[in-house]
Amino acid sequence: MTGMTNSHASGAVLLTHPVGLHARPSVKLTKLAKTFRSTIEISTTPEGPWIDAKSIVKVMAAKVPQGSHLHVRAAGADAGDAVAALIGLVESDFGEAEADAASG
Amino acid sequence: MPQAVEHHGRPASPGLAAGPLVFLDRPRQIRHSTGDPARERTELEAAIAGAIAAIRELADRAGGDAAEILEFQVAMLEDEALTAPAIDRIGAGSDAMTAWIETIAAQIADYESSDDDYFRARAADLRDLRDEVARRLLGEADIDLPEAAVLTGEDVTPTRFLSIDWSRGGGIALFGGSASSHVAMLARSRGVPMIVGLGRLDLAGHSAAILDAYSGRVILSPRAEHWSAFEKARTESAGRARREGEAAFGPALTKNRVRISVMINVAEPEELDRRDPAMCDGIGLVRTEFLFHRDGVPDEETQYRAYRRIVEWAAPKPVVLRTLDAGGDKPVPGLTVNGESNPFLGARGIRLSLARPDVFRIQLRAMARAAVHGNAKIMLPMVTVPDEIDRAAALLDQAVAELEAEGIPCVRPPLGIMVEVPAVAVVPELFSRAAFFSIGSNDLTQYVTASARDIAAVAALGDAGHPAVAALVARVVDAGRALGIDVSLCGDMGGDPAHIPALIATGLRSVSVAPIQLGRAKLAIAETIADEG
Repeated sequence: MTGMTNSHASGAVLLTHPVGLHARPSVKLTKLAKTFRSTIEISTTPEGPWIDAKSIVKVMAAKVPQGSHLHVRAAGADAGDAVAALIGLVESDFGEAEADAASG
Repeated sequence: MPQAVEHHGRPASPGLAAGPLVFLDRPRQIRHSTGDPARERTELEAAIAGAIAAIRELADRAGGDAAEILEFQVAMLEDEALTAPAIDRIGAGSDAMTAWIETIAAQIADYESSDDDYFRARAADLRDLRDEVARRLLGEADIDLPEAAVLTGEDVTPTRFLSIDWSRGGGIALFGGSASSHVAMLARSRGVPMIVGLGRLDLAGHSAAILDAYSGRVILSPRAEHWSAFEKARTESAGRARREGEAAFGPALTKNRVRISVMINVAEPEELDRRDPAMCDGIGLVRTEFLFHRDGVPDEETQYRAYRRIVEWAAPKPVVLRTLDAGGDKPVPGLTVNGESNPFLGARGIRLSLARPDVFRIQLRAMARAAVHGNAKIMLPMVTVPDEIDRAAALLDQAVAELEAEGIPCVRPPLGIMVEVPAVAVVPELFSRAAFFSIGSNDLTQYVTASARDIAAVAALGDAGHPAVAALVARVVDAGRALGIDVSLCGDMGGDPAHIPALIATGLRSVSVAPIQLGRAKLAIAETIADEG
């Protein structure tokens, strides 16, 4: 679900990756976030605390476990696209359905 | 030359290695400050940039899973959230080295405090980054390692691991470390033998080592007979490793094609990553202690998620969840009794769980909830009298009734027992209310031989090859057959080619082994002839 109001957008998605938001998914998430101009933040609750989705250090420090609801919000010109893209990445299990190979 | 010394740790990547012993010290962290904040800042930035470039180059060369691990490290180093506090510290008067070390120390402490094994293991990545940058601040060159060296030390970093040419042999023996670390994953994927958890070794005077990462044994300053045994084992293992690798994927059949069920023991959920459930007949033992390693008892949700992940991995194959086996050599802070004169004969396993129904109830609830997602069974450790089964069954029924009343989906799993106390193994027919028997050969052996496995002086007596152990296994197998109760065995014996023929001769048809022993066990089974009928 994504809702958009002008230059603000938000959404939520269930994190199903077996380890949670670990190193490799976090790298993918922050890399994708950095392709957008909007500020993008994530949280495990709708109330926050909100974490800068472009910082791998902050995303990893949140130690988000599997089964968490990941809330995404963005503000800026491409906010809607940014939220949709990040949610799409999590929904696709970070594009690694068959590649739990490195598990890093 | 000092005397040969043996040490035991946990295998993190199987294999054999031998060679010169190299101690991996951390880089010195003493550096003379230039006294000029602007220059300190420039030097730190240059050191970080140098480390990024070096790790990138390593990633390009290594490729695959290593590249992904290193890409994570590069992303961390490139993130201002990591480096900005160090720059701030320099602005506040600190020198570059102190600023860097203190900044990373805060990050390392944060990861080390995590309840989650995976995130805790990331502290090693941070140490790696700390050392890579520190080395550059000091202008230190990379040390040259002798060929086929046995590396030892507190831990080894992924960059150090990847900068070594392992094609010439060698291995890793760590005081600390973890089977969940990035280095352990890399070692497994590259076939580099690795042992973790050896404890601090006194290396004084030792210059060579033999490493048996099948059993977790390290011999410092080996004697001539150790070397000849090693050479023999290595010759055998080369051909064997290939055949084991092939055997691991097929079903376990004896030479006369009797099917043996081979399941795996799981101590940490991470062990299941990269493993194909098709390689085993289920999980014969989940050591739930991994959830209790940290202070405090994990809540129901944490336990439920962990059990569910394991149950879903194996479904529809069975998963035997053992209730907490704390006590003995596995203390849990705040739960086990301190200062028992003989903890192996004290309040451990089901004895402790029945004494702490508050803790036991949460675990039973989490297990009953996880059972919805596959084929879960519950196993009680250290059962001594039948009444313990009845009391645990009543608590399980109560937990299930509560969950149902709360409208939470759950299933009541079958409740079986470990057979490891001789009082059960001698008269298993008295325990007919167990849904299954699983012989815990490690504890059974130490209790039958009255030889504690943590006392080196009697370790040789605690031999699973003692005929009394096989006689008790046969007794349990016979009782199980008469009562219609499934019998399996989940100790080290089950994966050991030296014991497999004797176990099959008792009529045992099911074992559960460490994941890395799967191929070994199946190959040994294929070389054994079973009595049919």
